[in-house]
Amino acid sequence: MAITLAQALNTALHDAMESDDRVVVFGEDVGTLGGVFRITDKLQSRFGDQRCFDTPLAESGIVGTAIGMAMYGYKPVVEMQFDGFTYPAFEQLVSHLAKMRNRSRGTVTLQVVVRIPYGGGIGAVEHHSESPEAYFAHTAGLKVVSPGTPSDAYSLLREAIDCPDPVIFFEPKRRYWLKEDAQLPVRTEPFGRAVVRREGTTATLFAYGPMVRTCMDAAAAAEEEGWDLEVVDLRTLNPFDTATAVASVVKTGRAVVVHEASVFGGFGAEVAARITERAFYSLEAPVLRVGGFDIPYPAAKLEEFFLPDVDRILDAVDRSLGF
Amino acid sequence: MSSAAAPLEPDPMTLLPPERPVQLLDDEGALHEVDGFPLDLKDSDFRDLYRYMVLARRVDSEAINLQRQGQLGVYASLLGQEAAQVGGAYALAEQDWVFPSYREMGAALVRGVDPGSVLHLFRGTWLSNHDPIATRFGLLSIPIGTQALHATGYAMAAKFDGKDLVVMSYFGDGATSEGDPHEAMNFAAVYDAPVVFFVQNNQYAISVPLSKQTKAPTIAHKAVGYGMPGFRADGNDVLATYAVSRRAIDRARAGQGPSLIEAVTYRMEAHTTADDPTRYRTAEELAEWKARDPIARFETFLEREGLLDDALRGEIDEEARGYATRMRAEVYDAPHGDPLELFEHVYVEPPERFDEQRALLRAELEGRE
Repeated sequence: MAITLAQALNTALHDAMESDDRVVVFGEDVGTLGGVFRITDKLQSRFGDQRCFDTPLAESGIVGTAIGMAMYGYKPVVEMQFDGFTYPAFEQLVSHLAKMRNRSRGTVTLQVVVRIPYGGGIGAVEHHSESPEAYFAHTAGLKVVSPGTPSDAYSLLREAIDCPDPVIFFEPKRRYWLKEDAQLPVRTEPFGRAVVRREGTTATLFAYGPMVRTCMDAAAAAEEEGWDLEVVDLRTLNPFDTATAVASVVKTGRAVVVHEASVFGGFGAEVAARITERAFYSLEAPVLRVGGFDIPYPAAKLEEFFLPDVDRILDAVDRSLGF
Repeated sequence: MSSAAAPLEPDPMTLLPPERPVQLLDDEGALHEVDGFPLDLKDSDFRDLYRYMVLARRVDSEAINLQRQGQLGVYASLLGQEAAQVGGAYALAEQDWVFPSYREMGAALVRGVDPGSVLHLFRGTWLSNHDPIATRFGLLSIPIGTQALHATGYAMAAKFDGKDLVVMSYFGDGATSEGDPHEAMNFAAVYDAPVVFFVQNNQYAISVPLSKQTKAPTIAHKAVGYGMPGFRADGNDVLATYAVSRRAIDRARAGQGPSLIEAVTYRMEAHTTADDPTRYRTAEELAEWKARDPIARFETFLEREGLLDDALRGEIDEEARGYATRMRAEVYDAPHGDPLELFEHVYVEPPERFDEQRALLRAELEGRE
């Protein structure tokens, strides 16, 4: 049956709430409305307004109260309505959610999932298209996840809710309507495992979240050039599957890391460094990065010039092959 | 269309808390009953309130000594705020929770938290060393006011779970300028969460006086905007802080939602041992507040009531010396921490790279030997 990534997430929340009454969902407009992207659709009518509820419009308040509820023993799954609205919660995320277990010498665990619809490509207004994953991948104490397929969306969200550590769950909003033939419930590979989405020999494309599909399109287009590209879906940024990344580059000898976020200081730098440190003698070319330019996310009519696309990815492959 | 109606001026007097704080003991230690704030205390409670205040002051001065000796990196004194902290915490029930800032040694004592364990933060052996779940006393919170949200979340959870439980969140006058206490009070009011926001207005946020934090006539006025009661208490009168807390806690326990308490007090010591208060306040001001010492005032009352004699003083002094001795032992004996423990508590399920980094650190440690 064809399901969308959004349906997979909604079903994952539903199934998690059904299997454990300590799972609670809250955030802005997640109750009556079912979320601006309908990811929490019908959860309130099914589970009641103490299991799924609307909050005042305050992101720090959402994350801070989730921490208190988790200390009590609940398993909050909260929504930041858009990527660019995550920043008011930054202190609670970084100073408390990430650190509480360590500060308390292991006596307090915070089983909290923070869902963030992220990334561009939907023609949205300012602050609705950002990719802030690097901030959180850099923060010790958090796990950072981003699915690129409906099956992974279901499985990784269920795993995130079951995970005893706090998880920042980045949902590729432009892929909410991406379809896949899948039967739910489904369990895919666990956290910390990257997946080879397409086997190839010419070079490896590394991606996560929204760029997985773009890289698959690039690999398909590359066939016309006679290039056989491998596509690795990283799936979880922290923990990071170094072994799969290195094995792929040992095979292909070339790597291009792709994300929507600005390249400078982006997560691609971590991927490039880890590959270079561990597969230096297998590399035929430097690891290249493809991403957004090092500028603020542009206005909607200009986003196509900012975002990586098939052409920019294939240009990078071409440069890699030129070494 | 025009009418002769009065101009649409707000009438703050219908909502605002009284400007004069609730005071049960006057400056001479005489008890005056105040309508709405009855005292339900037995003689043994009066003695306990005194005991906790004396212990708090002794533990506090011992911590300052330990800092002067180089045993603690820094310490934030509560001197002068004993009545505010003890009166508030004493009104809580066994099952209730406290979410403190970093200056709540008095509240910690009342809640049965070992003061030595709290000092690990200031010694730098670990970031905390008490079990918040077992003691129902949250971790000391250094980012200002952020703990208020944890208090609200905990109280919301208890309410959803149908538990008889009230949460007290301590923070200071400076914290009322931050966003998190605002969001915490707003959430608490919206969900009728059983929280008491206990503000110790000690007049300064490090060097910045209250007049530079807010234009509001009092901190208690801020409660009006959230739709919750705002109480003011003489923070140097332990019976007032107790009675006001009693009322706010009873209200929360009865399902009537949160309250804000402003305890008007004064930080007689520096902000921390690293601070020099002579740069921002006068000796006259300090002397004025020292004359309103919360312990001295309560002693006068107890003596007048015949509740304090040399035997009790001796008993409490003995207990205080015991605390001080145990604190010194805990701090002096505290090992600097096992470096390899640094990786132990970050995650329940740590990433693989921790193995490599732990091995690297272990090799470095072995290289030193």
